[in-house]
Amino acid sequence: MSAEGSILYLSGVTKTFDGFKAINNLSLYIEPGELRAIIGPNGAGKSTMMDIITGKTRPDEGDVLFKNSIDLTKHDEADIANIGIGRKFQKPTVIESLSVWENLELALAGKRSVLDTLFYKLSKSQADRVDEVIDLIGLQQRRNETAKNLSHGQKQWLEIGMLIIQDPELLLVDEPAAGMTDFETMQTAKLLKNISEDHSVVVVEHDMDFVKALDTRVTVLHEGSVLAEGSLETVSNDERVIEVYLGR
Amino acid sequence: MLKDSLLQRLVLSDQGSKFTIAALIVIGVIVPFLNLAMPEGSFLHVSDYSVALIGKYLCFALLALALDLVWGYCGILSLGHGAFFALGGYAMGMYLMRQIGDRGVYGHPELPDFMVFLNWDALPWYWYGFDNFFFAMLMVMFVPGLLAFIFGWLAFRSRVTGVYFSIITQALTAALSLAFFLNDFGFGGNNGLTDFKDILGASLQSNGTRAVIFICSVIALIGSYILCRYIVTSKLGRVLISVRDAESRTRFIGYRVEHYKVFVFTISAVLAGIAGALYVPQVGIINPGEFSPLNSIEVVIWVALGGRGTLYGAVVGALVVNFAKTYFTGSKLFVEYWLFLLGAMFILIPIFLPKGMVDIVDQWKKKHAQSKATEVNSKISGDAQEHTS
Repeated sequence: MSAEGSILYLSGVTKTFDGFKAINNLSLYIEPGELRAIIGPNGAGKSTMMDIITGKTRPDEGDVLFKNSIDLTKHDEADIANIGIGRKFQKPTVIESLSVWENLELALAGKRSVLDTLFYKLSKSQADRVDEVIDLIGLQQRRNETAKNLSHGQKQWLEIGMLIIQDPELLLVDEPAAGMTDFETMQTAKLLKNISEDHSVVVVEHDMDFVKALDTRVTVLHEGSVLAEGSLETVSNDERVIEVYLGR
Repeated sequence: MLKDSLLQRLVLSDQGSKFTIAALIVIGVIVPFLNLAMPEGSFLHVSDYSVALIGKYLCFALLALALDLVWGYCGILSLGHGAFFALGGYAMGMYLMRQIGDRGVYGHPELPDFMVFLNWDALPWYWYGFDNFFFAMLMVMFVPGLLAFIFGWLAFRSRVTGVYFSIITQALTAALSLAFFLNDFGFGGNNGLTDFKDILGASLQSNGTRAVIFICSVIALIGSYILCRYIVTSKLGRVLISVRDAESRTRFIGYRVEHYKVFVFTISAVLAGIAGALYVPQVGIINPGEFSPLNSIEVVIWVALGGRGTLYGAVVGALVVNFAKTYFTGSKLFVEYWLFLLGAMFILIPIFLPKGMVDIVDQWKKKHAQSKATEVNSKISGDAQEHTS
């Protein structure tokens, strides 16, 4: 497999923590515009993979390429965010003391230097964009609410909204449905499908109903490498997958 | 229009800021006026001693403000802010020493007394230029700013945060204190710099000069306050809050957290330097004791008790705690109990006023609003009862 035409390309990536191989010769290929679900039992290396892609952790070996040309192992978190990869954490992480509106304004694509932000003036079109995203994530009623007063699900949506407004080409979403009600889970799946129409999205998830609702290509991780790949139906019929994950 | 909206944003939109600045303006006008215009012995006369005392507290308030900018808004707990304050103070002290000229005890035309005493025959290179007021004032800001920039750059780039950062700032001020105690370091050893005569040709002993320095302190405090308000109400301020609340989230949004931290830490150090420079002519001495780690911790106490992350809380905290300290340590009856009182404040305020002393106003308002609401409610229900009956 070559990096040609991919938005994200991982090849032979290995990362060891104190002798434990969190990621073991992992290869992954995401096409532009693709929505990919990644599943795997605890300790399969999902979060470490996210950390490597977003520059938080450096791999011991292997290539990590963005759009076939940018070597992500040479950049740090802020760089990679500006190159065009957005990340949503497992635990909803929004800026608690700022309002919904301010959270989105902060994430809004734009210049990120100290002086730019000191003398920053929000333009009309940018303000409209913030309102647009507030509508999209369904928080119109709470736009001036401090983020710490939001419910768990609303925080998740706000964080997804922050990702959307950051306008990255590739979104990494870590367990977006964790702790959500069934209704909220389905809403979130719809939201992500919506986003994937004009972004590439990689979703890590445990919840099988959620993955089913995404209705997309699935990669199963196990002990730091890819165990199986294909439609949910294909992988759930794969014997090795049943053995390590689904069967339990 | 633009001017109006800027004033609105910086001062008027925030009750605490509005009140604090108004109070500072009143102090800046009334205190020097009552000191100079009222005859001594008059009921309205403010003594020279009080002017110096209040002036000193205003410098502490500026130092607390500087700390609140980094701690309250960006979550950087510096336990070494006293170092920047003292460096600014030393830069001012060096200028004042050079102003003495040949009026020192030894009458040397150029060298300060302590250098003559140490048998030095020439001024060390780092004392050059301090006979010029503007150069000295530049150094007041430049030296603490540069130190904070280098120190902050090294620490924040290596992602030293939280308690580890606090500890190395404490080590910084302790190390500087030891250095400044050395005679060979060239800053007067443990005696420090003192015996100042005049500033810009005006005698430091005259009431007029002291009143001017007092007014300068008020202006510096108000100016710095407005600068800090500008910073915290800008988008940069919201980035700082975001660093405080969720540092790695901020990185993943694409902000270079270390740049923001260095920026705000440097600005804060410059403000602390200015506070130190205004403090020295009002107390007449600067010595290595100012670098004492305890001093820096005290500043943290002022900000914590006043209310962090509000700016005005820092000013209120510095003024209230220092006035209380002066009052209680000044009276024979209470002198032994001051530390107990401070300890009690440190326990009681976080319990009853978790957001600091300035929370009193908010809580009172809330209560007031509540009682009003119940009044209206009972009136409505009363009306309703009337209708039904």
